[in-house]
Amino acid sequence: MSDDMNNSGPYSASPTAVSTRSRTSRRNFIKGVIASGATVSAGGYLMTMAGCSSDSGDGGSASAPAPGTVERMLVLNVNGERRTVDVLPQETLAMTLRYKLSLTGTKLGCDRGECGACTVLIDDVAYNACSVLTHTLRGRNVMTIEGLAAADGSLHPVQQAFIDELGPQCGFCTPGQVMSAVALLKENPRPSRQQAREAMAGNLCRCGAYDNYLNAVMRAARGA
Amino acid sequence: MARGDMMKGFELYQPADLDNALSLLDKFGEESWKLAGGQDSLDWFKDRAKQPKAVIDLGGIQALRGITETADGIEIGALTTLREVATNAAINAKFPLLGTAASRVASPQIRNQATLGGNLCQDARCWYYRYGLDCYRAGGNKCYADSPEGVNREHCLFGADRCVAVTPSDTAVALVALDARMVVVNKDGEREIAAENFFIGPDVNITRMTVLEPGDILKSVRIPATWAGARWYFEKVADRNTWDFALVNVASVIKLTGSTIDDIRIVCGGVQCVPRRLTVVEEVVKGSVRNDETFELAAQSASRGATPLNYNHFKIPLMENLVRRAIRDA
Repeated sequence: MSDDMNNSGPYSASPTAVSTRSRTSRRNFIKGVIASGATVSAGGYLMTMAGCSSDSGDGGSASAPAPGTVERMLVLNVNGERRTVDVLPQETLAMTLRYKLSLTGTKLGCDRGECGACTVLIDDVAYNACSVLTHTLRGRNVMTIEGLAAADGSLHPVQQAFIDELGPQCGFCTPGQVMSAVALLKENPRPSRQQAREAMAGNLCRCGAYDNYLNAVMRAARGA
Repeated sequence: MARGDMMKGFELYQPADLDNALSLLDKFGEESWKLAGGQDSLDWFKDRAKQPKAVIDLGGIQALRGITETADGIEIGALTTLREVATNAAINAKFPLLGTAASRVASPQIRNQATLGGNLCQDARCWYYRYGLDCYRAGGNKCYADSPEGVNREHCLFGADRCVAVTPSDTAVALVALDARMVVVNKDGEREIAAENFFIGPDVNITRMTVLEPGDILKSVRIPATWAGARWYFEKVADRNTWDFALVNVASVIKLTGSTIDDIRIVCGGVQCVPRRLTVVEEVVKGSVRNDETFELAAQSASRGATPLNYNHFKIPLMENLVRRAIRDA
């Protein structure tokens, strides 16, 4: 199925598809999805497949890497654990975390560095996981939302503050918001409200719960 | 998910030193791609609008990183992140204009990853071009922005030549104002280029934004001490206060005696394909007293010669007001 969609679906990505894609109407898009026997929600699995198999035509590189290129097997430090993982040269950290390491707490919103839903910490600094190639992270420490709570399950002070201040509404942006807040408080444990606002500026919330989030950051800072 | 979120496969090279990087660029030529922070590159790859064969990650080259104070100012490695530039004590002591400009780029997460060199060398942000359309800049024979139906409120006022894209960079205007020098290396050696000449318009080469050839690497930026400690002004106006690119931005440095303007450099972004140094404004206000008459004269001469498109007339008064403030409030 993934091959079908690679070749004929709306996500078709041959070099010549650039001009046809711009003419794809909503109607043709839906017809295309039906014709290829897939549902829209299967799109996520398609990406998983295309992103993870090494020989899916245009999805991966040749199985024998050219001399001098990166070694695909890689040891990543994630949430204090050393995880060995096979990573494509073009793979972003968000893809590795979600689809190779099953750490799906890191959300993919825009996949373009606009929304901050995929925010993780790398060496205690906030990054958009969608906009960092995994191969650039050898020897560095990645922390995701899954790594915040203590071993006994008790929540990180920022997580608790987000609950206490009714931060999340739909919750999709929440992991990213939490990670941005954690990064801020690691760097500046007593931020002013304006500093907190600036530190959280890279995280969009379509529910518009910005004030609740900001209250939560300030609460966590008071408690820290 | 947006269209085409899977990048096409490429070979990734991670050279540890400059010589290796240069020989890889030499080997792959037009099929190579220089990767710094990736905040421009990965968008191109995800949209599959650019499909290089060999991506050369410059991130592991220590010689390209770091901020050093020199006898004559400051030298900043091209791979230094915008966060480091924005928070560095030496930069903010000598050239707060640059620190402030860097702090206004994009969002915190992006500034943590994006580099100064990448911010300077990023490609045009015209959405027709970024969409992968066959416009002039992409090698075609049409401009989609400057057409009767084109939406062009973010496009240029000056210097249009088939393409009407503008410079998207906030740090570029600051560095042109500070009269910085770009240090460029290739396999034949090293050369220094004035920031003002580093950026090129469509009349020079419509497929590039800078003088960099495929075999060139921007190594560092040197800021001479000439304008250290001078009065300065930076302002960026964008639709959103975070993440967004400037509609118009302005950077100025001024030297005063009493209230008389001895010397000034003033640069506008978002109005032309290159950072637009407003030499006419500089000539008009040099030797003048900072008063309302001078501000008015400066504002009027700033927009002289502007040729607006269908939807960007608003940039003319916006630019005039920014220039007025850049001289009054410096």
